[in-house]
Amino acid sequence: MSEQALKVVIDEELCKQCELCVAICPVHVLRISSKINSKGFHPAELFDNEKCISCGFCAMTCPERAIAVYKPEVEKA
Amino acid sequence: MKIVYERPKTLEKVVNHYCPGCHHGILHALIAEVLDEMKLADKTVGVAPVGCAVMAYNYLDIDWIEAPHGRAVAIATGIKLAHPDVLVFTYQGDGDAASIGLAETLYGAIRGVNVTTFMYNNAIYGMTGGQMAPTTLLGMKTTTSPYGRDPKREGYPVKMAETIALQDGTAFAARSALFNPRAITETKNHIKHAFELQMKGEGFTFIEVVGTCPTNWGMTPVEASEFAKNEMVKTYPLGIKKDVKGSETR
Repeated sequence: MSEQALKVVIDEELCKQCELCVAICPVHVLRISSKINSKGFHPAELFDNEKCISCGFCAMTCPERAIAVYKPEVEKA
Repeated sequence: MKIVYERPKTLEKVVNHYCPGCHHGILHALIAEVLDEMKLADKTVGVAPVGCAVMAYNYLDIDWIEAPHGRAVAIATGIKLAHPDVLVFTYQGDGDAASIGLAETLYGAIRGVNVTTFMYNNAIYGMTGGQMAPTTLLGMKTTTSPYGRDPKREGYPVKMAETIALQDGTAFAARSALFNPRAITETKNHIKHAFELQMKGEGFTFIEVVGTCPTNWGMTPVEASEFAKNEMVKTYPLGIKKDVKGSETR
């Protein structure tokens, strides 16, 4: 494992709280946080890193492209 | 961990001016992704319209020209005549391409101008505050059709992808959407195919994209996406309407 721990990294300053990523997530691991960014929006956040399947639907659906998705590398036996 | 999705390099890292949940941002990002993949960002000229996408030149790191209202295809024709090896696309809304600029868009197809046109169809005039557009669905309430659009009074919605597909100069005409990952992937494939056809010089390529306008539809972004998925596609069926190279590519 590298130093990158979270599978979904959201740029909180770009997020506009449209909730499209929350609605599209097939495993329901995203939610709107209680934080506030400089525009006054509550950015989305990942709350369950274990359940995330790195499908990238949130990144594809995000109109701001504020989301980067990482996938754990499978270790070959 | 390896990165699987990130912000395209051609997309400038700025907060765009679109309302939260507007699908314009997704279409911008898809164009940026395709330009990155095809390594064409350095030899691309975009033509920005008048409408919500009027400031598209702030978001994609390519060369841009701002066109007068509706005249994007006319300007793109000039660019293409001067620089035939440059990728030229116009990015327009439904009010720009299907209303005031109908003549330019249609004659682009009739003349077979070798450019790509994106028409973002959200069935409403977004920037001016939600007036009825030629693409407004029957029965849809807007500020200028407060009782719903009645075909006896206001006529029927214009179907641009089919209209453009009828012209002989058209190489590719398709309608796609952005309401779920499958539709987004399909739109991206259409964009890539259209750019490839343009670089081969096949003719006019046209992609109508069914999008949303949460603010002027009076819905949340999620409701607006559902409306596009359930209601918009009944009037605007998705799919490829014309493809001169269809048999070779798929």
